[in-house]
Amino acid sequence: MIELKNVDKSFDQLKVLKGIDLTVQKGEVLSVIGASGSGKSTMLYCINALEKIQGGNIIVDGVDVHAPSTNVNQLRQKIGMVFQQWNSFPHLSVLDNVALAPRIVLGKTKREAREIAEKHLKHVGLGDKLDTYPTRMSGGQQQRLAIARALAMEPGYMLFDEVTSALDPELVGEVLDTLRLLREDGMTMIVVTHEINFARDVSDRIAFFHQGVIEELAPAKALVNNPQRTRTQQFLSKVL
Amino acid sequence: MSETASTIQFFTGFSLNDLPFLAEAAGNTLLISVISISIGSVFGCLFGWALYASKYARIFLGSILDVFRSVPLIIQLLLFFNFFPILGFPLEPFAAGCIVLIVYTSALVAQVARGGIEAVPEPMRRASRSLGMSYFQDMRYVVWPIGARAMLPAWTGVALGVLKDSALVSVLGYLELLRASQILITRTQEPFIILAIVGAFYFALSYPIGKLTAKLEQRWQYD
Ligand SMILES: Nc1ncnc2c1ncn2[C@@H]1O[C@H](COP(=O)(O)OP(=O)(O)OP(=O)(O)O)[C@@H](O)[C@H]1O
Ligand SMILES: [Mg+2]
Repeated sequence: MIELKNVDKSFDQLKVLKGIDLTVQKGEVLSVIGASGSGKSTMLYCINALEKIQGGNIIVDGVDVHAPSTNVNQLRQKIGMVFQQWNSFPHLSVLDNVALAPRIVLGKTKREAREIAEKHLKHVGLGDKLDTYPTRMSGGQQQRLAIARALAMEPGYMLFDEVTSALDPELVGEVLDTLRLLREDGMTMIVVTHEINFARDVSDRIAFFHQGVIEELAPAKALVNNPQRTRTQQFLSKVL
Repeated sequence: MSETASTIQFFTGFSLNDLPFLAEAAGNTLLISVISISIGSVFGCLFGWALYASKYARIFLGSILDVFRSVPLIIQLLLFFNFFPILGFPLEPFAAGCIVLIVYTSALVAQVARGGIEAVPEPMRRASRSLGMSYFQDMRYVVWPIGARAMLPAWTGVALGVLKDSALVSVLGYLELLRASQILITRTQEPFIILAIVGAFYFALSYPIGKLTAKLEQRWQYD
């Protein structure tokens, strides 16, 4: 379970998250939508301890993410993250991109790491690309590689930060299909996205962010089809 | 041995017998260069990392390194070599030359290495950290290999430069290629042929470095 309790985050004077309260249950898929700059990415970074917070608590499986005693490297093994930019390691083959972290972080042998990597690459449809280098692949393929790389750590949670925003339109589908696949696997996910229809069809709930607060949080279909707040209505009417 | 030989045959022409003398000097050039470039590069990478990671290092270490980069090497050599006897620790020309060249190389490599680290995009480092890699694992397995590839061409330039600049250690009396050539020129009065041969020696020393790094660069291309 991921719990955010009254989380505040600012960059110098700029308040980016203002008292965020949010709970994501095991097995749940939560989508996060909202205008640019509303703090969606920052919230994901805070959950992963890639950014510090100034107030409140974030608890993942009972562990306080920002407590000084928390081993963030261990914590991050439980939380996979995929970014807008796919960030493939250019010096490693597709297989080694995925096998690296299991080997050096989890201490798997080369062979075990290879098997893990193969399994996850096959799962995202890259089973025939093992020895290719990422620079030879399309953005969609590299993004699926990034997903496989995160999954190879066998995390309990996955965070997705606008993973289709940097993709050519014709490549968006394959990545969204991969997310659907994960949902069927029962993965717990927080998905920051601009794909409203995808969010409605795939997630359990949707949170609408507005200037650092959760303006509305509701079951996915209800939030998209029947938004309660004026700001949600305005936002949806612009993007739909 | 060659020294005594040359004093006996005063003003004799250049002969094949002088080649071993030059080869020995070339060996000395190679020795001092390899030592300076390798140790200097290790320190340079550490300094480059410090410059990248810390604001204070940028201010303090950065300005110190700037001094070594901008003061002419020959002045550094003479200052350093003549400074130690004053303290009561006279240094061999070889040791003094090595130390100055190491510092000089590390000052040059520091900037190159810092550029190499900066060539690794921040989001990529967030990605590796998000996989649970520690700071040092990220450095070792992601930043270093990518940064090293990025800095290779500039590093090659530094290495070739230091190889040639090692000639300046001759002012301390260390018998390397340039000094050997001066000795032979004084004796034989045949500067042309000797400088041509010495030039060929320098080329023979540099060529493999250029060749090797070009090969590496090709092998390290991302494909
Ligand atoms: N490292 C940083 N330093 C300073 N300000 C930052 C930093 N990262 C983000 N911000 C600011 O924080 C605010 C929230 O940014 P964030 O990236 O979380 O928004 P977002 O909702 O993800 O937007 P987008 O849809 O454009 O990705 C923005 O005003 C942004 O400029
Ligand atoms: Mg964002």
